[in-house]
Amino acid sequence: MEQLKTIGRELAMGSQGGFGQSKEFLDLVKSIGEARSKAEEDRIVLHEIETLKRRISEPDIPKRKMKEYIIRLVYFEMLGHDASFGYIHAVKMTHDDTLLLKRTGYLAVTLFLNDDHDLIILIVNTIQKDLRSDNYLVVCAALNAVCRLINEETIPAVLPQVVDLLSHSKEAVRKKAIMALHRFYQKSPSSVSHLVSNFRKRLCDNDPGVMGATLCPLFDLITIEVHSYKDLVVSFVSILKQVAERRLPKSYDYHQMPAPFIQIRLLKILALLGSGDKQASENMYTVVGDILRKCDSSSNIGNAVLYECVCCVSSIYPNPKLLEVAADVISRFLKSDSHNLKYMGIDSLGRLIKMSPEIAEQHQLAVIDCLEDPDDTLKRKTFELLYKMTKSSNVEVIVDRMIDYMISINDNHYKTYIASRCVELAEQFAPSNHWFILTMNKVFEHAGDLVNVKVAHNLMRLIAEGFGEDDDAADSQLRSSAVESYLHIIGEPKLPSVFLQVICWVLGEYGTADGKYSASYITGKLCDVAEACSNDETVKAYAVTAIMKIYAFEIAAGRKVDMLHECQSLVEELSASHSTDLQQRAYELQAVICLDAHAVENIIPSDASCEDVEIDKNLSFLNSYVQQSLENGAQPYIPETGRSGMSDTINFRSQDQPEASMHGLRFEAYELPKPPVPSRMHTASLEPSTELVPVSEPAYSRDTHQVATVPSVSDAGSSELKLRLDGVQKKWGRPAYSSSAPSTSSSTSQNTVNGVTQVDAAGSVISKAHKTNDSRKPRVEISPEKQKLAASLFGGSSQTEKRPTTASHKVTKAGSHAAGKKSQAPKSAVVSNQVTVEKTIHQPPPDLLDLGEPAVPSATPSVDPFKQLEGLLDPTQVSSTANHGAVGATESPDIIALYGKTPASGHSSSAAISLPTNGDGVNFTAGLLDATISTTHAGTTLPTQSIKGLNAKDSLEKDALVRQMGVTPSSQNPNLFRDLLS
Amino acid sequence: MIHFVLLISRQGKVRLTKWYSPYSQKERTKVIRELSGVILTRGPKLCNFVEWKGYKVVYKRYASLYFCMCIDQEDNELEVLEIIHHYVEILDRYFGSVCELDLIFNFHKAYYILDELLIAGELQEPSKKTVARLISAQDSLVETAKEQRSSISNIIAQATK
Repeated sequence: MEQLKTIGRELAMGSQGGFGQSKEFLDLVKSIGEARSKAEEDRIVLHEIETLKRRISEPDIPKRKMKEYIIRLVYFEMLGHDASFGYIHAVKMTHDDTLLLKRTGYLAVTLFLNDDHDLIILIVNTIQKDLRSDNYLVVCAALNAVCRLINEETIPAVLPQVVDLLSHSKEAVRKKAIMALHRFYQKSPSSVSHLVSNFRKRLCDNDPGVMGATLCPLFDLITIEVHSYKDLVVSFVSILKQVAERRLPKSYDYHQMPAPFIQIRLLKILALLGSGDKQASENMYTVVGDILRKCDSSSNIGNAVLYECVCCVSSIYPNPKLLEVAADVISRFLKSDSHNLKYMGIDSLGRLIKMSPEIAEQHQLAVIDCLEDPDDTLKRKTFELLYKMTKSSNVEVIVDRMIDYMISINDNHYKTYIASRCVELAEQFAPSNHWFILTMNKVFEHAGDLVNVKVAHNLMRLIAEGFGEDDDAADSQLRSSAVESYLHIIGEPKLPSVFLQVICWVLGEYGTADGKYSASYITGKLCDVAEACSNDETVKAYAVTAIMKIYAFEIAAGRKVDMLHECQSLVEELSASHSTDLQQRAYELQAVICLDAHAVENIIPSDASCEDVEIDKNLSFLNSYVQQSLENGAQPYIPETGRSGMSDTINFRSQDQPEASMHGLRFEAYELPKPPVPSRMHTASLEPSTELVPVSEPAYSRDTHQVATVPSVSDAGSSELKLRLDGVQKKWGRPAYSSSAPSTSSSTSQNTVNGVTQVDAAGSVISKAHKTNDSRKPRVEISPEKQKLAASLFGGSSQTEKRPTTASHKVTKAGSHAAGKKSQAPKSAVVSNQVTVEKTIHQPPPDLLDLGEPAVPSATPSVDPFKQLEGLLDPTQVSSTANHGAVGATESPDIIALYGKTPASGHSSSAAISLPTNGDGVNFTAGLLDATISTTHAGTTLPTQSIKGLNAKDSLEKDALVRQMGVTPSSQNPNLFRDLLS
Repeated sequence: MIHFVLLISRQGKVRLTKWYSPYSQKERTKVIRELSGVILTRGPKLCNFVEWKGYKVVYKRYASLYFCMCIDQEDNELEVLEIIHHYVEILDRYFGSVCELDLIFNFHKAYYILDELLIAGELQEPSKKTVARLISAQDSLVETAKEQRSSISNIIAQATK
């Protein structure tokens, strides 16, 4: 049947002429297709190339035939063979007048040539001509070629025409012209910088395709310079709104989604514009929230848009409500069966975790499942996430996992990457010196050749300098544990060179420092190393110097040194080495050994590797010697400028060109100032500079709204391998992204033990809070092993949650407050105690208002409701409210009484909705009461329904009110307000 | 941005390659070899994404053909998956329930369509209709050119008789 179908198709193609191909060509393709092996295929192709070479250079080939030859070339090139002999014919074909051939020519050259090919220059002229053609299809073909072939030097040749095409009557041409300009911008930003305004103009194009295309260059421009595009925020938001409301033509729908590709691009741009900018972000909340809510999560494209929304939410100025919805999306992703969605879920979790560290905890088991998934892609993504949530309490588990994985893979690129990650994490969060050394040993042992040499140097420095504190005992303990582990490891075969260098250096410096090992033992080991790697001169050099140091310390300590026999032979061998460096080291060693204790101590002082060596550039220590020589009648030194004969020219020249004074000859022409070239460049680049100054904006802004105060732990670190040693100790014990001061005391090992139960508790709390989602998932199947892992990974964060936050940032407070309450609320008496405690902390009136701090964005930004509140409420009233809240938490009957009252008060506050700006005191207090209740009640008493039923506008207004009340609504909360208010 | 598009058959045969970033012929061969090794061996239920040398490769299998696109780290994988699907839908509409053979024998057509869909490594046209319209405009022009030529040759033939 299959064959019949095949034959049928071939027949059909044959009868149509297969879109104009000859039988011969079809046969060729078929024979290649039927080739049994790569070798057979190659044979056919090479044979065919030979015939083609001959035929293509024959004179007077009919054009039709030529076109087919060119297509054959494309085919061979595609199969990985060299068809460069035919490039010139493809170039010639672009000169042809008929579109059919021209198009083939352009297709071939765009596939054959990169933009640095020599033949490009032959095409530029044709392109210029074609860009002016009346036939828009010719123009389109030329623009396709422009995007691929025009390089930095040839941009000026076609730029004016491309710019003219921006106002072409055909939208297809405009679109391609935009993309061509975008390409120019990527290749050479300065060449098109004066045309940036055109992109803005095209944003208002009445063809959605052109508008969509314009978003590409704008995205690039905004990435580089956010500030000059802030004015477009409103336009982007309104475009996105219109797109989401299906205002675009039906043909842009894709699987029932309105123009999703355009939506995604817009969301990307908004994420850039809103990053760290509260005002801009406020414009976006509504539209992003709407998309998040309405988006169809059953189709793949819907999830693509949702994912982009989550990225946007995590990038712009945080809004608790949106974060909440985003967290829901993430949990949907993670619970999905599709690996793709899990992957996206892990990725977006990594993004959101910066904003609200506590959300990872709900998904701990999902994360662990992903970590143990056989799919490498998913596993790596999960490591990425773990990297982001590492802190001192879980660093051991995470790094161990990473190293295990690192050992198991062969992909060197990723191995390097994950090794550097391990090093970075170990440096930042290592719980103990011993662990640190062991970890580094493992990394070096398995990926030593792949890690940056700097890592090794930094490790040496770290061991030498200690960890920044003036704790000598700890330092020496670190060193001796290093020495011990190295002596243990040194016998293993095939250690990477870098690692051996570290070992040699450390053994030389500290091998005998604690007196545990004798000099002869250490030197013996070092000799073994030097012998074992007879091909590696660097390691040998390290070993010899280490031996020298050991002996020097011995001599300085007044002990007698008798050189080992093998040592002696090594030194002799090296002093005859081909490498001068090794020779010198060997001779130095021999010289040092013969000196007396005092001299040796001066040459190689013990443990002075990190002391600065001062270099006396003036050679002042020679002064007395010079003086003596002068007294003995030596000629005094004449500075070069003062020497006779040279003085005129040199003096003359040194006025303007002092650095040239080495040469005796002068070349007049060189002295003429020649500004024209640079100055032209200068003026050219001056005007763009106002628009295109590269500002490191994204990094900066991310920092500003980042939750934790830890300076961008991962951001900066990921790209560079360099150790940031300064303040390493300070960082230890600090969390990565959790805001609150975490696990200050409890040591990690205990933590893991306790953690099991703790997390269990927390987990069940969460499951209660998210009754609707979680309850049907049986928890029985989870193996204790996994739970333990979860505990050790997430244990730290569950602890932090309970502690009142100390970080100064508003958002964190909001986030953890909300989360804290969410999880605490269902726990009855025990937890409510804590609530009370928290409340009492907030007892003083102004602090109570703190409770309202989470209301980051208010719908009416001009008025600050809390200012009003402060004015309206007197302290006693406030504190009574506070008490009320506290009581409500502990005594349930009271709550019910209050709850019963709520309809009335809810009513009054719904009145406040309509006049939010001039609401009076009563309304606000009533609202505040409601708010307090709702926070303590979140998730327990309420029936959970989906939010779908809500009228969007209605819910928005409620949102605004809720924010003014200062409550972060949890996912269930909107329903609460619905019940209370309507 | 999309760095390249690859169409590979299940047996590892290349059906279409389009490079938007500069790669030398040698690099191209290497990339194809490496990626087909990675992608063709992946199980059916795994992610459609592969992290590869600091890039991400999104692939999707349609019958016996793998469509792969290589993108940057920060790009949206699900979106690219849909771009692939978008392309397949357009191919399907153009060839009328497309199959691998269509692409084998008419790979240059597939290139023309790809050129209308992607340009400079970005999606240029999200509307299927617009792409279809442009392609058919080009084809009809080709047809008319053919007709003209045949009619001219007829005239010449008649004149010379």
